Amino acid sequence: MFFRMIRGAFVRQKGKMLMIALTIALGASLATAMLNVMLDVGDKINQELKTYGANITVVPKSSSVLNNLYEVEGGEEAQEAFLREDELGKIKTIFWAFNIVDFAPFIDTTADLDSGEEVRLVGTWFNHHLDLPTGEMLDTGVANLRTWWDISDGVWLDEQAESDPNAAMIGAMVARREGVGAGDTLHVKTRYGEADLKVVGVFDAGSDEDEEIYAPMDLVQALSDTDGYLTSIEVSALTTPDNELAIKAAKDPSALSVSQYETWYCTAYVSSICYQIQEVITDSVASPVRQVADSEGAILEKTEFLMVLITILSLVGSGLGICNLVTASVMERSNEIGLLKAIGAKDSAISGIVLTEIVLTGIVGAVIGYFVGFGFAQIIGHTVFGSSIEMKAMVIPIVAMLTVAVTLAGSIPAIRMLLRLRPAEVLHGR
Amino acid sequence: MSLLELKSISKIYGDLHALDNVSLKVEKGEWVAIMGPSGSGKSTMMNIIGCMDKPTSGQVLLDGVDISKESDRNLTAIRRDKIGLIFQQFHLVNYLTALENVMVAQYYHSVPDEAEAMEALRRVGLADRAKHLPSQLSGGEQQRVCIARALINYPELILADEPTGNLDEANENIVLEIFRQLHAEGTTLVVVTHDPEVGEVAQRTVVLEYGKITREIHNESFEAKTAPALAEARN
Repeated sequence: MFFRMIRGAFVRQKGKMLMIALTIALGASLATAMLNVMLDVGDKINQELKTYGANITVVPKSSSVLNNLYEVEGGEEAQEAFLREDELGKIKTIFWAFNIVDFAPFIDTTADLDSGEEVRLVGTWFNHHLDLPTGEMLDTGVANLRTWWDISDGVWLDEQAESDPNAAMIGAMVARREGVGAGDTLHVKTRYGEADLKVVGVFDAGSDEDEEIYAPMDLVQALSDTDGYLTSIEVSALTTPDNELAIKAAKDPSALSVSQYETWYCTAYVSSICYQIQEVITDSVASPVRQVADSEGAILEKTEFLMVLITILSLVGSGLGICNLVTASVMERSNEIGLLKAIGAKDSAISGIVLTEIVLTGIVGAVIGYFVGFGFAQIIGHTVFGSSIEMKAMVIPIVAMLTVAVTLAGSIPAIRMLLRLRPAEVLHGR
Repeated sequence: MSLLELKSISKIYGDLHALDNVSLKVEKGEWVAIMGPSGSGKSTMMNIIGCMDKPTSGQVLLDGVDISKESDRNLTAIRRDKIGLIFQQFHLVNYLTALENVMVAQYYHSVPDEAEAMEALRRVGLADRAKHLPSQLSGGEQQRVCIARALINYPELILADEPTGNLDEANENIVLEIFRQLHAEGTTLVVVTHDPEVGEVAQRTVVLEYGKITREIHNESFEAKTAPALAEARN
């Protein structure tokens, strides 16, 4: 009899039940989409944010001390300290090696041009091919770390295709002042030698870099007599936003307890990645570029907060919709409910029928909503991040619980109304 | 001991005395009609007797038990176990068949029994309409389903509110004939009506005016009319 009554109610109120199912499906779909995107989006947003450039810089320890003491960069004393080029590959052997997206070494010196101007000559990797100690291979360099450079003339220097060891890229200001462009030659002279640079590209960085010349590492090392040495390394790493533990560890890792240390070390905080880089690069200090790291963390947190907010709002909206529809359904059936009470049905029995109807409808709505929501997630993934969103199994129980909770919460006013219905009043049309 | 006894009951809504110090006894097996014009307190009295409302003051004794102070939960149980309700508007569940409408009362009382429900429908002459929905039944047929539902749990008291109010004469006669049979079998009937013809066929008529019982009429021809039928039914 119970199921006959449930079936009868579904058949009789199929329009209203469909509306309730759609309302639940809407809330469930948004919750599914947001939760799937949120759980998958951390890495994707981090990848997107890598276009802002490196978020860690590595410098020699003595240079870092001077920087910290006098808040200056460079200087003769600082120039005397170097990192070792042969240790670069070790960066990709740290615990969080897979989170190291790109890195580029730098050596810089000053050079004189024929015009008498003095410029900063920077040696680096552009798209350097690296065979790692682990047997893996990696192509990395400034081409990935300076994505915002606007190549106004010529092309990016392709280390792997370019046969001329003197190929270089020059900043837009230098190019304008010296009157050179792509394909021209620019003569530079340092304390240790001179070279005719072949300009393959002119870049506009919108910063002091426009006053600089970027050339292959080997060439600048030769011109500055620093074979095998570097002045700095820029690293782009995928990181987890800092929390209290990360902040505490950044100040002094030795202050952590063993378990805190393990948690910190095994989490991709920017500070733990810096710490691990320092472990493999001799006499180095790795420090986060705070503006970038903080922005990434803040953007990630805000994006996740926004998604949680959308999820909550969609569920609240869904709950209000359910509330209206279920209340309308109970009002429409007040005669029937009054009759059942009059012939001896307990409040709990009638509430059981109504809740069973709503929960069954909710399950149908949630299943529809889950699949529609997963479709929404794919649309968001492809539109915003250009890739698919992975289906997270943990979203299913979360959405199921949220849907049931919202459905039951939305039914509370209707159930209260149902309990207040007095058979004498409804059966006499009052 | 009377089956039902109202002792000085009043029902007051603000300044309105819907029932004013009313006392009434209904014996087991008696057929009582409660009559009166609109606003006389008939429905209020029916709701109180039917355990769907409580009096403001006074006592309601059903089978010797005072139910006037019972909780809503207990009143529901009393209604389910002891009272069969028949309504003017029939009040059938419109997505259930005639048979299922009868079985609903069994479901909330004990256990649905299709054969027993079918027998109740047969008793009111609707065995062949058991699988029909209320929308496929005439008003008279719907009222007979309502009567079958009221009878299915063998209540001590049948309480009917304007049972013929929505019926034509032919169906009114059918319903009254069923009431005669029920009375002949010893069922206690309380029928609320404003129809004099329905009032006249009862054993006793109680007239309500302005919330007070103003008259009680014993139908003298009742025994003469019903005695043969009563004897036949009891044999």
